[in-house]
Amino acid sequence: MSALTCRGLSRSFGALRAVDDVDLTVAPGARHALIGPNGAGKSTLFRLLTGRMRADAGTVGLGEHDVTSLSEVRRCRLGMSQTLQHSSLFASLTAAETVALAARRHDGTRIVPWPRRQPRVGTRSAELLGLVGLADRAGDTVPSLSHGERKQLEVALALACSPSVLLLDEPAAGMSPAESARLLAVLADLPSEVTVLFVEHDLDLVFDLADRVTVLHLGRVLLSGTPDEVRASDAVREAYLGTSRREELFTS
Amino acid sequence: MTGWVAANLISVLNGLAIGALLFVLAVGLSLVFGMMDVLNLAHGALFVVGAYLAAALAGGGPSWGGFLGALGVAAVIGLLAGGLLSAMTEPLRTRSHLDQALLTLGVALIVAEVLQIVFGDDPLAVPAPPGLDGSTSVFGAAYPTYRLVLIGVGAVLAVGVHVLVERTTLGALIRATVADREMVAAIGVDNRRVKIAVFAAGSLLATVAGVLGGPVYGASVGLDSTVLILALVVVVIGGLGSVKGALVGALVIGQIESLGRALLPDLASFVLFGALALVLIVRPRGLFGSRSGAAA
Amino acid sequence: MTEVSQRPEAVPDNVVGGTPPPRPRRRLGPVPAIVVVVVLAAAPLFLAPFATTTLTRLLVFGLLAVSLDLLVGITGLPSLGHAAYFGAGAYAAGWVSIHLTPAIPVPLLVGAAVGGLAAAATGWVAVRSAGVYFLMLTLAIGEVLAQLAQSWDGVTGGANGLSGIPAARLGSEPLLGVGYLYWYVLAVGVVAFALVWLLARSPFGATLRGIRDNESRMRAIGYSTTLYKYGAFIAAGTIAGVAGSLLAAQQRLVTPGDLGFTTAALVLLAVVVGGAGSLWGPVVGAAVVVLVRDALGPGLGGHGELLLGIVFVLVVYLLPRGAAGLTSLRPFRRRRS
Repeated sequence: MSALTCRGLSRSFGALRAVDDVDLTVAPGARHALIGPNGAGKSTLFRLLTGRMRADAGTVGLGEHDVTSLSEVRRCRLGMSQTLQHSSLFASLTAAETVALAARRHDGTRIVPWPRRQPRVGTRSAELLGLVGLADRAGDTVPSLSHGERKQLEVALALACSPSVLLLDEPAAGMSPAESARLLAVLADLPSEVTVLFVEHDLDLVFDLADRVTVLHLGRVLLSGTPDEVRASDAVREAYLGTSRREELFTS
Repeated sequence: MTGWVAANLISVLNGLAIGALLFVLAVGLSLVFGMMDVLNLAHGALFVVGAYLAAALAGGGPSWGGFLGALGVAAVIGLLAGGLLSAMTEPLRTRSHLDQALLTLGVALIVAEVLQIVFGDDPLAVPAPPGLDGSTSVFGAAYPTYRLVLIGVGAVLAVGVHVLVERTTLGALIRATVADREMVAAIGVDNRRVKIAVFAAGSLLATVAGVLGGPVYGASVGLDSTVLILALVVVVIGGLGSVKGALVGALVIGQIESLGRALLPDLASFVLFGALALVLIVRPRGLFGSRSGAAA
Repeated sequence: MTEVSQRPEAVPDNVVGGTPPPRPRRRLGPVPAIVVVVVLAAAPLFLAPFATTTLTRLLVFGLLAVSLDLLVGITGLPSLGHAAYFGAGAYAAGWVSIHLTPAIPVPLLVGAAVGGLAAAATGWVAVRSAGVYFLMLTLAIGEVLAQLAQSWDGVTGGANGLSGIPAARLGSEPLLGVGYLYWYVLAVGVVAFALVWLLARSPFGATLRGIRDNESRMRAIGYSTTLYKYGAFIAAGTIAGVAGSLLAAQQRLVTPGDLGFTTAALVLLAVVVGGAGSLWGPVVGAAVVVLVRDALGPGLGGHGELLLGIVFVLVVYLLPRGAAGLTSLRPFRRRRS
């Protein structure tokens, strides 16, 4: 049983086939990277998987569930969680309140219309903020956080949904090297029950973290394999660089 | 079928007349919103300004001079008011669209009160111009001539606006701004000038519609919100920013208003709202709306 | 009563936000709220009957503004049709008082129920939209209900309104004195305000604020936002219905004007003037609106609305966060960017 699959997934915008008949299987516990040159359809595929965007054709499976016709909300309730490429948070809430929103939803208690003590939610939020390195920013509002800190908060928010499958859209984009290293450590330390699929431009991060890589090109899967297979592939090199040298791509 | 049409011919014609008027009114509202995301809640007040102008200048008795004079003055006032509204919303451009809508709501309150102070609380009648104040036989039924002319004028204006927006360079600019404002700004067109132009033209159409509607609706306190709501329903049904949508929406609402009131006098409001609800459930962006505007 | 997105001071930890206090705040606790209620309760002892009546009207309108703030300020849904549920509650309470019994709490509960039901019946379409679209839809809904009030002569009295509503009765004693009526309105108003305040601080309220800030992200973390918006809409309609039943008890007359566009615009004005999202701000805004219209209006030849329109325009330009925004200099206010 795979954690996340899609079969024949397609989506067109007018004449442009952004995602064209894509099959993808993400194994349970995998650290699966989705890479490809600009315009390869990574972000569109990401949105089709999370349910933010509807596919023209194809199916999406999450564990044993067929979630093709389910909304983003239902997919999240079934264990799919995501961070967005452009951080998209809550302007008036603090970091702690932000994480608590998701922690409360996935805590198994009802969202009641009267005040109630929720020690578990508080503990869980504090724990997640500590995990991503925001423990001392818990009481600060989102607008006062730096870009990198917001991306870290995104990750904490996604983890607060208790995901079985975590989808990350360019989690390291705009992060400082130190923040990026921290993110890598957080993701590497995730329990193995959590499956990770991530879109990333930073190929260092991809090859440090991923145990499986899928390369998209022009909306189609060019290659799916181990990092070493991808490194060695001439087709991938051509897709990225035309016919330039492989060394320039992977050793910058 | 022919029997039904004959029996309800008057209502159908009334619906066309209302629809023609509504289109003239709603198309400005729709384009201003579609282009700039500014919901102009003062649009109904502009209509009533036109209606009171007609009452003031042509209210004495049927006269072409008074009526055409009212049209001319209303057009000028509409242009100026649109320019003013555009200038007033400009400082709020970085704030939420709601603030801009609230500003126009404040303006609407002020305008309505000033009109009430100047013209009093009593409804004023506006006679149709001489020659149009009688009735004409349509398939054996007597029908007010002015309303027939109104249908014709509405049709001409509809064609005019359609040609302007769909066939001219200016129209192309307007449509491009509706579709992608940033892109139009990026190619070096000054957004603000397009906005002022559309705001002024839309307001002109509203005040002119007020004069044209004068012989049908008269001029009265509270007419502004009634008219504003009808126009809003039209643009929501048709889709914001779409000329075709405004036209179809106006014709549909015209018929619902008129036929609905004739056939189901007690339920007309519900039919109106039901149509709106139905369209929004089936097509949340309106019949001809394309942009994902719900996030606005 | 300081800030919606904060926990009540009295509760130490792990309630709504479920986290340590965001930053040190002035520990006023419930003291200001208690002072305000005590002063309000004592007011009729010192005021002339006319002033007490004005204050009663102000409280009724203030409660309506609070209920609208639940939509506008907490949930981010600007409504221009909220007077419809106020009016629905008022007509229902008036009708029950005439035809059944004016005994408290019957008209109150009927008003609340009818306000809530009217919101439930019409809100499902409205909450599927957002922002300016929501504004337009609620405007249309409000106008339809206002026309219903006009045309349903048998029940509503048509354009003349529903008159001859008997005074509310506590046990067998009718509340005839302006002071007793005032205390009734104040008591109900305080309880209803407290309910809204608790709702805003509950997990449900936190969800609503999340929706206000970023609805699409709320969906991505697993909240069916439409359902929550619908819940907020019904709650706001119910509280507006309560305010409506107080209106019926106070005016003893309900007219179509009470649920029309002008009332809806004025209450939105009150929320904006007072500062959306603070709950107490809209009460201040309501006071400004009622005083300008009813106290200054006669001096302006009955055209207080003109002044209100000007105030409205000025507030939009000068005080984007309303009167509540003026307190942002104090440490317990949090600036929003």
